[in-house]
Amino acid sequence: MTDTWSVAERTFTSRLIVGTGKYKDFEQNAAAVAASGAEIVTVAVRRVNVSDPNAPMLTDYIDPRKITYLPNTAGCFNADDAIRTLRLAREAGGWDLVKLEVLGEAKTLYPNMRETLEATEVLAKEGFLPMVYCVDDPIAAKQLEDAGAVAIMPLGAPIGSGLGIQNRVTIRLIVEGASVPVLVDAGVGTASDAAVAMELGCDGVLMNTAIAEAKDPIRMARAMRQAVEAGRDAYLAGRMGLRKYADPSSPLAGLI
Amino acid sequence: MISVILNGEQRQVREGSVADLVASLGLDVKKVAVERNREIVPRSTLGEVALADGDALEIVHFVGGGC
Repeated sequence: MTDTWSVAERTFTSRLIVGTGKYKDFEQNAAAVAASGAEIVTVAVRRVNVSDPNAPMLTDYIDPRKITYLPNTAGCFNADDAIRTLRLAREAGGWDLVKLEVLGEAKTLYPNMRETLEATEVLAKEGFLPMVYCVDDPIAAKQLEDAGAVAIMPLGAPIGSGLGIQNRVTIRLIVEGASVPVLVDAGVGTASDAAVAMELGCDGVLMNTAIAEAKDPIRMARAMRQAVEAGRDAYLAGRMGLRKYADPSSPLAGLI
Repeated sequence: MISVILNGEQRQVREGSVADLVASLGLDVKKVAVERNREIVPRSTLGEVALADGDALEIVHFVGGGC
Protein backbone atom coordinates (compact mmCIF):
# COMPACT_ATOMS: atom_id res chain seq x y z
CA MET A 1 0.00 0.00 0.00
CA THR A 2 1.39 3.36 -1.01
CA ASP A 3 1.56 6.01 1.64
CA THR A 4 0.51 9.32 0.12
CA TRP A 5 -0.41 12.74 1.38
CA SER A 6 -2.62 15.41 -0.12
CA VAL A 7 -2.66 19.18 -0.03
CA ALA A 8 -5.56 21.10 -1.57
CA GLU A 9 -6.73 17.92 -3.32
CA ARG A 10 -3.37 17.27 -4.96
CA THR A 11 -1.83 13.96 -3.96
CA PHE A 12 1.89 13.29 -3.62
CA THR A 13 3.97 10.26 -2.71
CA SER A 14 7.16 12.06 -1.68
CA ARG A 15 6.97 13.88 1.64
CA LEU A 16 10.12 15.83 0.96
CA ILE A 17 9.92 19.26 -0.63
CA VAL A 18 13.21 20.80 -1.66
CA GLY A 19 14.31 24.31 -2.47
CA THR A 20 16.20 25.32 -5.57
CA GLY A 21 18.47 28.01 -4.12
CA LYS A 22 22.17 28.08 -3.25
CA TYR A 23 23.27 25.30 -5.63
CA LYS A 24 26.57 25.48 -7.53
CA ASP A 25 24.74 25.29 -10.85
CA PHE A 26 21.50 24.11 -12.42
CA GLU A 27 22.93 20.65 -13.19
CA GLN A 28 23.75 20.00 -9.55
CA ASN A 29 20.38 21.35 -8.52
CA ALA A 30 18.52 19.06 -10.92
CA ALA A 31 20.58 16.03 -9.83
CA ALA A 32 19.84 16.77 -6.16
CA VAL A 33 16.11 17.08 -6.86
CA ALA A 34 16.21 13.71 -8.64
CA ALA A 35 18.13 12.07 -5.78
CA SER A 36 15.74 13.52 -3.20
CA GLY A 37 12.74 12.01 -4.95
CA ALA A 38 10.91 15.30 -4.35
CA GLU A 39 7.78 15.93 -6.39
CA ILE A 40 7.54 19.56 -5.32
CA VAL A 41 10.24 22.24 -5.45
CA THR A 42 10.09 25.77 -4.14
CA VAL A 43 11.01 28.54 -6.53
CA ALA A 44 11.40 32.29 -6.20
CA VAL A 45 9.94 35.01 -8.42
CA ARG A 46 12.46 37.58 -9.57
CA ARG A 47 12.99 40.17 -12.27
CA VAL A 48 14.14 38.82 -15.62
CA ASN A 49 17.65 39.92 -16.54
CA VAL A 50 16.63 42.03 -19.52
CA SER A 51 20.21 42.55 -20.60
CA ASP A 52 20.82 38.81 -20.98
CA PRO A 53 17.56 37.11 -22.00
CA ASN A 54 19.39 33.98 -23.13
CA ALA A 55 20.81 33.22 -19.68
CA PRO A 56 19.94 29.64 -18.65
CA MET A 57 16.67 29.33 -16.76
CA LEU A 58 15.59 27.00 -14.00
CA THR A 59 12.75 25.69 -16.17
CA ASP A 60 15.33 24.40 -18.67
CA TYR A 61 16.68 22.03 -15.99
CA ILE A 62 13.72 21.21 -13.77
CA ASP A 63 10.64 20.58 -15.86
CA PRO A 64 7.55 22.20 -14.34
CA ARG A 65 5.38 19.64 -16.10
CA LYS A 66 7.03 16.84 -14.11
CA ILE A 67 7.88 18.57 -10.84
CA THR A 68 5.34 20.83 -9.14
CA TYR A 69 6.72 24.34 -8.81
CA LEU A 70 5.73 25.93 -5.52
CA PRO A 71 6.28 29.68 -5.85
CA ASN A 72 7.60 31.13 -2.66
CA THR A 73 7.61 34.68 -1.31
CA ALA A 74 11.01 34.43 0.37
CA GLY A 75 12.46 37.91 0.68
CA CYS A 76 9.11 39.63 1.27
CA PHE A 77 8.82 41.57 4.50
CA ASN A 78 5.19 42.68 4.30
CA ALA A 79 1.85 41.30 3.18
CA ASP A 80 1.55 43.59 0.14
CA ASP A 81 4.87 42.52 -1.36
CA ALA A 82 4.07 38.86 -0.77
CA ILE A 83 0.63 39.13 -2.36
CA ARG A 84 2.05 41.06 -5.32
CA THR A 85 4.75 38.42 -5.81
CA LEU A 86 2.24 35.58 -5.78
CA ARG A 87 -0.10 37.30 -8.21
CA LEU A 88 2.84 37.48 -10.61
CA ALA A 89 3.74 33.86 -9.86
CA ARG A 90 0.22 32.75 -10.68
CA GLU A 91 0.42 34.59 -13.99
CA ALA A 92 3.88 33.21 -14.81
CA GLY A 93 3.10 29.63 -13.96
CA GLY A 94 -0.64 29.34 -14.06
CA TRP A 95 -0.95 27.58 -10.70
CA ASP A 96 -2.57 28.67 -7.47
CA LEU A 97 -0.81 26.39 -4.98
CA VAL A 98 1.76 28.74 -3.46
CA LYS A 99 4.00 29.11 -0.45
CA LEU A 100 3.52 32.25 1.59
CA GLU A 101 6.27 33.52 3.76
CA VAL A 102 6.33 37.03 5.20
CA LEU A 103 9.52 37.69 7.06
CA GLY A 104 9.89 39.83 10.15
CA GLU A 105 13.59 40.63 10.20
CA ALA A 106 16.76 39.73 8.33
CA LYS A 107 18.71 38.47 11.34
CA THR A 108 16.42 35.61 12.32
CA LEU A 109 14.16 35.40 9.23
CA TYR A 110 11.39 34.73 11.69
CA PRO A 111 7.95 35.27 10.16
CA ASN A 112 5.94 38.41 10.83
CA MET A 113 2.76 36.64 11.91
CA ARG A 114 0.48 39.68 11.77
CA GLU A 115 1.39 40.29 8.13
CA THR A 116 1.37 36.56 7.39
CA LEU A 117 -2.17 36.17 8.68
CA GLU A 118 -3.37 39.20 6.75
CA ALA A 119 -1.76 37.96 3.52
CA THR A 120 -3.25 34.48 4.02
CA GLU A 121 -6.75 35.95 4.22
CA VAL A 122 -6.31 38.06 1.10
CA LEU A 123 -4.77 35.22 -0.90
CA ALA A 124 -7.46 32.75 0.09
CA LYS A 125 -10.14 35.24 -0.98
CA GLU A 126 -8.40 35.62 -4.35
CA GLY A 127 -8.54 31.88 -4.92
CA PHE A 128 -4.96 31.06 -4.02
CA LEU A 129 -4.12 27.90 -2.08
CA PRO A 130 -1.49 29.17 0.35
CA MET A 131 0.85 26.85 2.21
CA VAL A 132 2.08 29.09 5.00
CA TYR A 133 5.46 29.41 6.74
CA CYS A 134 4.89 30.27 10.38
CA VAL A 135 6.18 30.20 13.92
CA ASP A 136 5.93 26.92 15.81
CA ASP A 137 2.90 28.14 17.75
CA PRO A 138 -0.20 25.93 17.86
CA ILE A 139 -2.53 28.91 18.29
CA ALA A 140 -1.06 30.80 15.33
CA ALA A 141 -1.36 27.59 13.31
CA LYS A 142 -5.09 27.41 14.09
CA GLN A 143 -5.56 31.04 13.12
CA LEU A 144 -3.81 30.44 9.80
CA GLU A 145 -5.97 27.45 9.10
CA ASP A 146 -9.11 29.51 9.82
CA ALA A 147 -7.77 32.19 7.48
CA GLY A 148 -7.52 29.73 4.60
CA ALA A 149 -4.08 28.17 4.79
CA VAL A 150 -4.07 24.81 2.98
CA ALA A 151 -0.96 23.69 4.84
CA ILE A 152 0.81 24.84 7.98
CA MET A 153 4.58 25.10 7.71
CA PRO A 154 6.17 25.83 11.07
CA LEU A 155 9.88 26.48 11.33
CA GLY A 156 11.96 23.87 13.12
CA ALA A 157 14.72 26.46 13.63
CA PRO A 158 15.69 29.67 11.80
CA ILE A 159 15.88 29.42 7.99
CA GLY A 160 19.31 28.30 6.84
CA SER A 161 20.55 27.63 10.38
CA GLY A 162 20.65 23.84 10.24
CA LEU A 163 19.97 23.73 13.98
CA GLY A 164 17.33 20.99 13.76
CA ILE A 165 13.92 20.80 15.42
CA GLN A 166 14.25 23.06 18.44
CA ASN A 167 10.85 22.46 20.00
CA ARG A 168 9.38 19.04 19.46
CA VAL A 169 6.50 19.78 21.79
CA THR A 170 5.11 22.69 19.77
CA ILE A 171 5.53 20.84 16.48
CA ARG A 172 3.65 17.86 17.92
CA LEU A 173 0.89 20.14 19.26
CA ILE A 174 0.51 21.76 15.84
CA VAL A 175 0.26 18.35 14.19
CA GLU A 176 -2.34 17.19 16.71
CA GLY A 177 -4.46 20.30 16.28
CA ALA A 178 -4.33 20.74 12.52
CA SER A 179 -6.83 19.45 9.99
CA VAL A 180 -4.59 20.49 7.08
CA PRO A 181 -1.12 19.06 6.37
CA VAL A 182 1.75 20.19 8.58
CA LEU A 183 5.24 20.38 7.11
CA VAL A 184 8.34 21.47 8.95
CA ASP A 185 9.80 24.30 6.92
CA ALA A 186 13.29 25.49 7.76
CA GLY A 187 15.88 24.50 10.30
CA VAL A 188 16.69 20.99 9.17
CA GLY A 189 20.47 20.46 9.11
CA THR A 190 20.97 16.78 8.59
CA ALA A 191 19.09 13.55 8.01
CA SER A 192 18.20 12.87 11.66
CA ASP A 193 16.47 16.26 11.88
CA ALA A 194 14.20 15.32 8.99
CA ALA A 195 13.48 11.97 10.65
CA VAL A 196 12.56 13.74 13.89
CA ALA A 197 10.07 15.96 12.07
CA MET A 198 8.45 12.93 10.49
CA GLU A 199 8.44 10.94 13.74
CA LEU A 200 6.47 13.80 15.30
CA GLY A 201 3.74 13.12 12.76
CA CYS A 202 4.39 15.87 10.26
CA ASP A 203 3.08 15.25 6.77
CA GLY A 204 6.31 16.39 5.20
CA VAL A 205 9.48 18.43 5.42
CA LEU A 206 10.76 21.31 3.33
CA MET A 207 14.46 22.03 3.14
CA ASN A 208 17.01 23.77 0.97
CA THR A 209 20.27 24.67 2.65
CA ALA A 210 20.78 21.28 4.33
CA ILE A 211 21.09 19.74 0.88
CA ALA A 212 22.58 22.62 -1.11
CA GLU A 213 25.35 23.34 1.40
CA ALA A 214 26.29 19.73 2.10
CA LYS A 215 29.74 18.84 0.79
CA ASP A 216 28.04 16.30 -1.46
CA PRO A 217 24.54 17.68 -2.09
CA ILE A 218 23.41 14.72 -4.16
CA ARG A 219 24.32 12.18 -1.49
CA MET A 220 22.67 14.38 1.15
CA ALA A 221 19.54 14.59 -1.00
CA ARG A 222 19.41 10.81 -1.01
CA ALA A 223 20.00 10.72 2.76
CA MET A 224 17.11 13.13 3.27
CA ARG A 225 14.83 11.00 1.15
CA GLN A 226 15.65 7.97 3.24
CA ALA A 227 15.35 9.89 6.52
CA VAL A 228 11.91 11.21 5.62
CA GLU A 229 10.78 7.71 4.69
CA ALA A 230 12.30 6.21 7.84
CA GLY A 231 10.77 8.87 10.06
CA ARG A 232 7.38 8.41 8.46
CA ASP A 233 7.54 4.65 8.90
CA ALA A 234 8.58 5.02 12.52
CA TYR A 235 5.64 7.35 13.15
CA LEU A 236 3.20 4.94 11.51
CA ALA A 237 4.73 1.96 13.31
CA GLY A 238 4.20 3.65 16.67
CA ARG A 239 7.28 3.86 18.81
CA MET A 240 7.81 1.96 22.07
CA GLY A 241 7.16 3.71 25.34
CA LEU A 242 9.96 5.38 27.24
CA ARG A 243 11.20 3.79 30.47
CA LYS A 244 13.32 5.39 33.12
CA TYR A 245 15.45 2.29 33.65
CA ALA A 246 16.61 -0.81 31.81
CA ASP A 247 14.36 -3.65 30.75
CA PRO A 248 16.10 -6.82 29.52
CA SER A 249 15.28 -8.11 26.06
CA SER A 250 16.21 -11.73 26.83
CA PRO A 251 13.99 -13.91 29.04
CA LEU A 252 14.94 -14.15 32.69
CA ALA A 253 13.53 -17.69 32.94
CA GLY A 254 15.92 -20.57 32.26
CA LEU A 255 19.05 -18.68 33.19
CA ILE A 256 21.90 -21.10 33.98
CA MET B 1 10.14 56.02 -28.89
CA ILE B 2 8.67 56.29 -25.43
CA SER B 3 10.25 56.18 -22.02
CA VAL B 4 9.30 53.42 -19.56
CA ILE B 5 10.71 52.06 -16.33
CA LEU B 6 11.50 48.42 -16.97
CA ASN B 7 12.48 46.31 -13.96
CA GLY B 8 13.47 49.46 -12.13
CA GLU B 9 15.52 51.00 -14.95
CA GLN B 10 14.58 53.83 -17.28
CA ARG B 11 14.53 52.64 -20.89
CA GLN B 12 13.58 53.98 -24.30
CA VAL B 13 11.36 51.50 -26.12
CA ARG B 14 9.31 51.44 -29.30
CA GLU B 15 5.64 52.21 -29.09
CA GLY B 16 3.51 49.11 -29.30
CA SER B 17 1.98 46.44 -27.11
CA VAL B 18 3.41 44.79 -24.04
CA ALA B 19 3.79 41.62 -26.11
CA ASP B 20 5.91 43.55 -28.64
CA LEU B 21 8.20 44.68 -25.84
CA VAL B 22 8.56 41.18 -24.40
CA ALA B 23 9.39 39.81 -27.84
CA SER B 24 11.87 42.62 -28.57
CA LEU B 25 13.73 41.67 -25.39
CA GLY B 26 14.09 38.13 -26.68
CA LEU B 27 11.97 36.67 -23.89
CA ASP B 28 9.63 33.71 -24.16
CA VAL B 29 6.22 35.07 -23.31
CA LYS B 30 5.19 31.69 -21.87
CA LYS B 31 7.90 31.85 -19.21
CA VAL B 32 7.37 35.34 -17.81
CA ALA B 33 4.72 37.41 -16.09
CA VAL B 34 4.25 41.12 -16.63
CA GLU B 35 3.03 43.78 -14.29
CA ARG B 36 2.20 47.24 -15.65
CA ASN B 37 1.77 50.08 -13.19
CA ARG B 38 1.33 47.48 -10.43
CA GLU B 39 -1.46 45.68 -12.29
CA ILE B 40 -0.95 42.18 -13.70
CA VAL B 41 -1.25 42.07 -17.46
CA PRO B 42 -2.81 38.66 -18.19
CA ARG B 43 -0.86 36.70 -20.78
CA SER B 44 -3.94 36.53 -23.00
CA THR B 45 -4.07 40.32 -23.26
CA LEU B 46 -0.35 41.11 -23.64
CA GLY B 47 -0.88 41.79 -27.35
CA GLU B 48 -3.74 44.19 -26.72
CA VAL B 49 -2.31 46.36 -23.96
CA ALA B 50 -0.48 49.34 -25.45
CA LEU B 51 2.55 50.80 -23.74
CA ALA B 52 2.29 54.41 -22.64
CA ASP B 53 5.00 56.91 -21.89
CA GLY B 54 6.01 56.67 -18.22
CA ASP B 55 4.72 53.13 -17.70
CA ALA B 56 6.36 51.16 -14.91
CA LEU B 57 6.81 47.56 -16.01
CA GLU B 58 8.00 44.52 -14.13
CA ILE B 59 8.86 41.37 -16.05
CA VAL B 60 9.52 38.41 -13.79
CA HIS B 61 10.16 34.69 -14.00
CA PHE B 62 10.93 31.77 -11.72
CA VAL B 63 14.43 31.41 -10.36
CA GLY B 64 16.00 29.08 -7.85
CA GLY B 65 14.91 29.77 -4.31
CA GLY B 66 14.40 28.02 -1.05
CA CYS B 67 12.55 28.50 2.17
